[in-house]
Amino acid sequence: MVLVFAESQKGEFKKAAMEAVYYGHKTAEILGTECAALTLGPVNNAAVLGQYGANKVYNVGDDSLAQFDSQVYTAVIAAVADQIGANVVIVSHSSTGKSLQGRLAAKLDAGSVSGVNHLPTNDGSFKVKKNVFSGKAIAEYEISSDKKVLSLMGNSLKPEAVGSDATVESLAVEVPASRIKVKEVNTVEGTVPLPEAELVVSAGRGMKGPENWGIIDEMAEILNATTACSRPVADVGWRPHHEHVGQTGIAIRPNLYIAVGISGAIQHLAGVNSSKTIVVINKDPEAPFFKAADYGVVGDLFDVVPRLNEALRNFKNS
Amino acid sequence: MKLLVCVSKTPDTTTKIAFTDGGAQLDTNGVQYIMNPYDEWYALVRALELKEAAGGTVTIINVGPAANDQVIRKGLAIGADEAVRIDADPKSALYVAKQIAAYAQKENFDMVLLGKESIDYNGSEVGAMIAELLDQPFISYASKMEISGNTATISRDIEGGTEIVELDTPFVLSASKGLAEQRIPNMRGIMMAKRKPLKVEAAVEAPDMSTTVGFELPPAKSAVKLVDPEDMNELVRLLHEEAKVI
Ligand SMILES: Cc1cc2nc3c(=O)[nH]c(=O)nc-3n(C[C@H](O)[C@H](O)[C@H](O)COP(=O)(O)OP(=O)(O)OC[C@H]3O[C@@H](n4cnc5c(N)ncnc54)[C@H](O)[C@@H]3O)c2cc1C
Ligand SMILES: Nc1ncnc2c1ncn2[C@@H]1O[C@H](COP(=O)(O)O)[C@@H](O)[C@H]1O
Repeated sequence: MVLVFAESQKGEFKKAAMEAVYYGHKTAEILGTECAALTLGPVNNAAVLGQYGANKVYNVGDDSLAQFDSQVYTAVIAAVADQIGANVVIVSHSSTGKSLQGRLAAKLDAGSVSGVNHLPTNDGSFKVKKNVFSGKAIAEYEISSDKKVLSLMGNSLKPEAVGSDATVESLAVEVPASRIKVKEVNTVEGTVPLPEAELVVSAGRGMKGPENWGIIDEMAEILNATTACSRPVADVGWRPHHEHVGQTGIAIRPNLYIAVGISGAIQHLAGVNSSKTIVVINKDPEAPFFKAADYGVVGDLFDVVPRLNEALRNFKNS
Repeated sequence: MKLLVCVSKTPDTTTKIAFTDGGAQLDTNGVQYIMNPYDEWYALVRALELKEAAGGTVTIINVGPAANDQVIRKGLAIGADEAVRIDADPKSALYVAKQIAAYAQKENFDMVLLGKESIDYNGSEVGAMIAELLDQPFISYASKMEISGNTATISRDIEGGTEIVELDTPFVLSASKGLAEQRIPNMRGIMMAKRKPLKVEAAVEAPDMSTTVGFELPPAKSAVKLVDPEDMNELVRLLHEEAKVI
């Protein structure tokens, strides 16, 4: 049995949850077994996970699970895995999933790989792939133990509807008391978080100052994209820290990454070079970013971006 | 406070990555090795600051071969009091975590600090594993930590913002950017590091359940298609019809 932990926030599933369930479903097919999904805390509409391939959905609805604590979650997920006889456990490679994945591997004494981005192969031995060296290479891992724990990199596969609503069963599992207190959660509302975003508009020092960001926000709004930035821009406080992508920031792999006034230093590329399509707007034809780009515009961003915004708006309205 | 900082050795970010034996091994020729930046700049420096403020000791630990001693000495030069190297090939994350947890179990540290990930295999696994093996809370991606008595208030990076948590020692923490400011070792530190203890310990038995079997380079990018800056309708058309991303 494959068990997928489907992450939710304030009762709603994250996009990464659907991806993980679909990946779990495909993995179960490859292994010739079934896929169960697990939700923790109060959630709305858990049955919907059946549509993405969960044969069964379990819920441990304890109110205390509304607060995330990797120690408590691990105890509960491992107890459920034991109870239903799951030997493959899959979580999302999100800040929550990454805090759980290693714990689960240790708890279950399982072989593990984090941030996988391909379906496994199982021709006598179980193998999975992930990006390593900040996207500069791909490594294949073999897991030899019976128990396996994986975390799935966001935007690695597109979840498809493969079934109908599943039955949801509440499980009574002992929830240990948490030793941490979550005092505040400060997140921006209403935008898709960067690791989940399919469209990202990003800008760097070429913007000259925070007062010029209106054209970037405008592009993001037209495209319904999430905004990002280079590190120096976050360091000087032109943009919030959580927007900073790259080796020291977050690694993302959207379908479209538009880089405006960013030179394309290797540490920046480390976080974005897995994007499917990269557009670079820079006045310097020698900017290293052009080597990593699919489409390039050599020009002054203060001319090019307003023109692009107009073209995008016309496209959206047509 | 008695603090343990886990440090790993990684190729420098700017290293060109290549493989030998048809993708079986990393080509180490010309690879420049450094201490993993998250360990050095953030986890280690914050530990030193805590010690400077409230007293205690900072021990650094590495699981690896003797060739890692150079990187370990750098940690001593920056200011750690002592170092431990578990003499073993760091085969997998769980193998490494079991080594470190076995050592930490004997010593009763108030806090174990790590980097948020090693920049080679980008695993982000070892910290969570150690926490589970020690049955302690784990706070990942910490970008700020204040301590009062034995209670810590920590900001951690989450998608689209931060979360603030409070907890008592002992716990395990992984560091991201912001937790501290990088320190450059000075001459005195480098001289003193030579006299600081670097203990070498034997590994504990642990199975190897997850191993790399091969590497490949990502498919080469085709050359960039330049679009006339005057004609942004063309760029929109390409993104829609050719790349199919909008
Ligand atoms: C260990 C380490 C880790 C790092 N981690 C990260 C990381 O995670 N993320 C990150 O981003 N950086 C990181 N950096 C920093 C990185 O090396 C670069 O310094 C940084 O990415 C540069 O940011 P930038 O492209 O915005 O600025 P710059 O390099 O200054 O580039 C600005 C670009 O804007 C262009 N420009 C200027 N004016 C205009 C205009 N009017 N129209 C069009 N184009 C214009 C210029 O031609 C130039 O290419 C790291 C560095 C180190 C050493
Ligand atoms: N061989 C090792 N020895 C000591 N610490 C390590 C080792 N490998 C990883 N770590 C620590 O674990 C953190 C996360 O590593 P990883 O899980 O490999 O991404 C690193 O930032 C180090 O602090």
